[in-house]
Amino acid sequence: MRDLLEEKPVAKTSLAAHGLRFEIDGQTKVDIPLLRLDGEGPTMILGPNGAGKSLTLRLLHGLLTPHAGQISTPATRQAMVFQKPVLLRRSVLANMDYALRAAGVSRAKRRKLALDFLHEAGLAGKAKQAARTLSGGEQQRLALIRALATDPEILFLDEPTSSLDPSATQAIEAMVLRAASHGTRIVMVTHDLGQAKRLGRDIVFLHHGRVACHQPTDTFFATPDSAVAAGYLRGDLPI
Amino acid sequence: MQDFASSFTHAMGLILQGDAELWAIVALSLQVSLTAVIIAACIAMPLGAALAVTRFRGRNVVVVLLNALMGLPPVVVGLMVYLMLSNAGPLGVLQLLYTPTAMIVAQVILVTPIIAAITRQTIEGLDAEYAEQLRSLGVSASAKIPTLLFDARYALMTAFLAGFGRAIAEVGAVIIVGGNINHVTRTMTTTIALETSKGNLALALALGTILILLAIAVNAAVSTVGLRARSIAYA
Repeated sequence: MRDLLEEKPVAKTSLAAHGLRFEIDGQTKVDIPLLRLDGEGPTMILGPNGAGKSLTLRLLHGLLTPHAGQISTPATRQAMVFQKPVLLRRSVLANMDYALRAAGVSRAKRRKLALDFLHEAGLAGKAKQAARTLSGGEQQRLALIRALATDPEILFLDEPTSSLDPSATQAIEAMVLRAASHGTRIVMVTHDLGQAKRLGRDIVFLHHGRVACHQPTDTFFATPDSAVAAGYLRGDLPI
Repeated sequence: MQDFASSFTHAMGLILQGDAELWAIVALSLQVSLTAVIIAACIAMPLGAALAVTRFRGRNVVVVLLNALMGLPPVVVGLMVYLMLSNAGPLGVLQLLYTPTAMIVAQVILVTPIIAAITRQTIEGLDAEYAEQLRSLGVSASAKIPTLLFDARYALMTAFLAGFGRAIAEVGAVIIVGGNINHVTRTMTTTIALETSKGNLALALALGTILILLAIAVNAAVSTVGLRARSIAYA
């Protein structure tokens, strides 16, 4: 594994996992002795199905408690966008308001903040609509700005565009890049190599719950440090 | 058959003329059962939701027990409440036996497990969908119960109406603790039982008709609520 510190400027928010291990029914599903996300990102987590991408993301976010090891980060504000957006059975605006209230934003500020974000996502006209009647792309946009409205230092995304069409995917990617340029540390799972190239500054490649390699995006795609990753890029089945 | 036809005509007459005695009985029934269901819902919904989101040893036993309590026999509940409220019972000093309050107490006991069990099942399903997102938003385990109850509001209307259907239609509990006293504790079901045995079929049939119409109305309400919820994708 190469040290990314030499090549990338140090971001404000770093994240590291030490001795991370997670089991399901006695089987080790994630085993990461050391993973340092020191660069400014976005970091893309790649790997075949069953490599432990989603589990790793949940462990990093703290949704799952590891059987061993710990996550260290100075970031106190974190948010996550899920593969299938989980929208409350309320209006679009009420979804925003709920997240802001949970984040401790005062009632006086919530409405304006929510409307600003809805406007940015092109959803201002649908503020009063039932959130779950939005289209798939709109739902994921709402889930994304609901996460961003709480001003997270780290934003985790778990294949947020896997069920979206290209134009909806493009909208989400633009919003992710904008958030990254405003200083939000992005850690994103994807199985879309093109997306990893478009968005990622560095790639973490997982295989069988282990980090096979962690490199800057351009060198990863040119000369991956791991044979499994090289095979994956060629289109081999990583058995 | 002649008897039945004339009783039925007479019964329809009672309903259409707005017979005062008939409507007083209907009003008391509604008052008792609605009060009981509202009280039961206030107890059962938070309880069911709490059971849905907590994990502890023996939880499965509690869930099975709760589901089993849905089938509590009304006469047995009536008997238990009777023993508690009778002069010799621990709550005898309250002098509640043979009052509408006693009937409400009995129906609350009967309906609470029904609403709690349906709530538990509904909220558990919703929590499976919401749990990670709410954790990610930093919502604590106790703070998520009101969220889940609110977001399950359409589904929980069904629980409420199921409880109401049970309460308004049962006869065993209210007849024991209410005593079927004319103008005081006489409900639709107890009146039907009494008047039928006395041979006064007209009043019994009139009340039976209203009871059936109420049952249909409750079911229609459940369906309408369900349709509305689906139309806005909140089901």
